[in-house]
Amino acid sequence: MTATHDRHAVHIRDVAASYGPTRVLDGVSLDVPAGTVTVLLGPSGSGKSTLLRTINRLVPVEHGTIWLGDELIGHRRMTDGRFHELTDRELCRQRRHIGMVFQDFNLFPHMTALENVVRAQVVVAKKSRSAAVERGRELLARVGLEDKAAAYPAQLSGGQQQRVAIARALAMDPSLVLFDEPTSALDPELVGEVLTVMRDLADEGETTMIVVTHEIGFARDVADQVVFMEAGRIVAAGSVDEILGSGASERVQAFVAGGAR
Amino acid sequence: MPSSQKPSGSSATSTPATSDTFRVPDVVTVPLRHRGRWAGYAVIVLLLGALAHSLITNERFGWDVVFTYLFSETILNGLWMTLFLTVVAMVIGLAIGILLASMRVSHSRIFRGVAGVYIWFFRGTPILVQLVFWYNLAYLYPELSIAIPGGPTLWSANVNDVITPLSAAILGLGLNEGAYLSEIVRAGILAVPRGQSEAAASLGMTRTESFRQIVLPQAMRVIVPPTGNETIGMLKMTSMVSVIALADLMYSAQTIYARNFQTIPLLICVSIWYLFLTSLLSWGQGHLERYFGRGSTSMPAATERVFALRLPRRSDAAATTTTAGSREDQA
Ligand SMILES: Nc1ncnc2c1ncn2[C@@H]1O[C@H](COP(=O)(O)OP(=O)(O)OP(=O)(O)O)[C@@H](O)[C@H]1O
Ligand SMILES: [Mg+2]
Repeated sequence: MTATHDRHAVHIRDVAASYGPTRVLDGVSLDVPAGTVTVLLGPSGSGKSTLLRTINRLVPVEHGTIWLGDELIGHRRMTDGRFHELTDRELCRQRRHIGMVFQDFNLFPHMTALENVVRAQVVVAKKSRSAAVERGRELLARVGLEDKAAAYPAQLSGGQQQRVAIARALAMDPSLVLFDEPTSALDPELVGEVLTVMRDLADEGETTMIVVTHEIGFARDVADQVVFMEAGRIVAAGSVDEILGSGASERVQAFVAGGAR
Repeated sequence: MPSSQKPSGSSATSTPATSDTFRVPDVVTVPLRHRGRWAGYAVIVLLLGALAHSLITNERFGWDVVFTYLFSETILNGLWMTLFLTVVAMVIGLAIGILLASMRVSHSRIFRGVAGVYIWFFRGTPILVQLVFWYNLAYLYPELSIAIPGGPTLWSANVNDVITPLSAAILGLGLNEGAYLSEIVRAGILAVPRGQSEAAASLGMTRTESFRQIVLPQAMRVIVPPTGNETIGMLKMTSMVSVIALADLMYSAQTIYARNFQTIPLLICVSIWYLFLTSLLSWGQGHLERYFGRGSTSMPAATERVFALRLPRRSDAAATTTTAGSREDQA
């Protein structure tokens, strides 16, 4: 890979990952152009979460490379041509540019909504507290929660919590945001408000998004690319029409017909 | 039960008696009598009366002696020593406890093993033995020195000068407490869901930042109550230092009753002080628990419900905003 790539694009090459002896990702390669939305589909256990987590190295990569723009994630190429593992601190610097939104929100329960969005800006990005608070309020307003700044997560609905979690991820000004089933833990009537926030983010076209979801409707509306995974491999990738249209493979059609919304 | 009166009370004011047979006026309901309860109260009052009578009339309690010594210089000096030992031993214990706990949850097998052996040893031997052992350290190692092997000695000290009753007591109590607190801290850390440190990592926090900002503050909710217990236990455990002749509260009382043989009054005297201090500690513990419980489901939800009953919807939101806002300022 060379420096000609936009720094918001993602390039995954031959990635393999295992939990103990079981290999759960096997030779995964994928390109996500800068500012686009890629939706990952696939049956339970096919390795979608694992793939997302290898991108920000919450799961170690056994083999293969992942690039964010022209920067190699998790390793540094030395002058002798060998790759050296990054230290905890260097890895953390890279993770700042990769936001993540979790299925069960993972908001910090001992902080108010505002503090959830502010803390990492102060601790990690070393911003001044006032600047961080200003940006925090701005982001809460953007997800429609300016009046909930002082509420603790336990006082918010699931949909509100997930919107705070999105604001928290955006506070680090990431080039890439990973969404792992962001609406799966929500009551059906709360799904819409979270998808709306994600649609707005996609429409802006600034941030690259990789989204694991069962919301086929969302995928049809927003996705620039749809990827279908099965048993740790990518079995189909293409535009919405190619993967979800009438010409789709039987396997994908069966998957969409059953279960997925 | 009183709940049977409630619906009739509200309806009686709005509509006077109608032909509705399901509606019952207040005057009809007679509260349930609790005869057994009253009998219990009577027994308690009798027993308390007998106890009070004996406390006052039995001269052997020696209340005059108790109150002569309660604020005497010897006892007050002992009290300060007890307080000092408790605070210092708990601070050392907490530092060692946090260190050992992070070793116990580390990925390195060596760290886990070393911490495990430490805990095994200090929990497995009596504190009395440990205190006497530290006090007699000079018998095993007469001299301590830091030297470059084959080179000059940089620093050396006579162990008999370093190990006084006070330093032996601090070492013994602190190192021993560290073993117990490490298990409490570890339980606290394990009680914080994995997703919390993953969320912290995904924001770019280093492991240390994540531990200090995210994991430890949440672990404190689990850590504070048993640590409060440990502090109260430590307050009383300091009385063990009388075996190495350190003048804490207990030892001070012992020296007095060895002279005047007023054993019981002096033991009452120190018990009063111990009770006073443990009450103070329990009160402080309550405050800490409330502080670290902020944001937890049980507590703010309960206060919110109180607001919701009294206030209309919008001012309810305003009320929670101001209370939470003031908390945030403190943080
Ligand atoms: N921590 C773990 N330890 C061991 N095996 C794991 C672990 N996490 C996931 N796995 C296994 O790895 C495989 C892939 O899991 P992954 O969570 O990536 O699937 P997924 O596609 O996200 O599924 P779902 O739709 O249910 O979330 C599964 O077979 C799962 O059992
Ligand atoms: Mg998953």
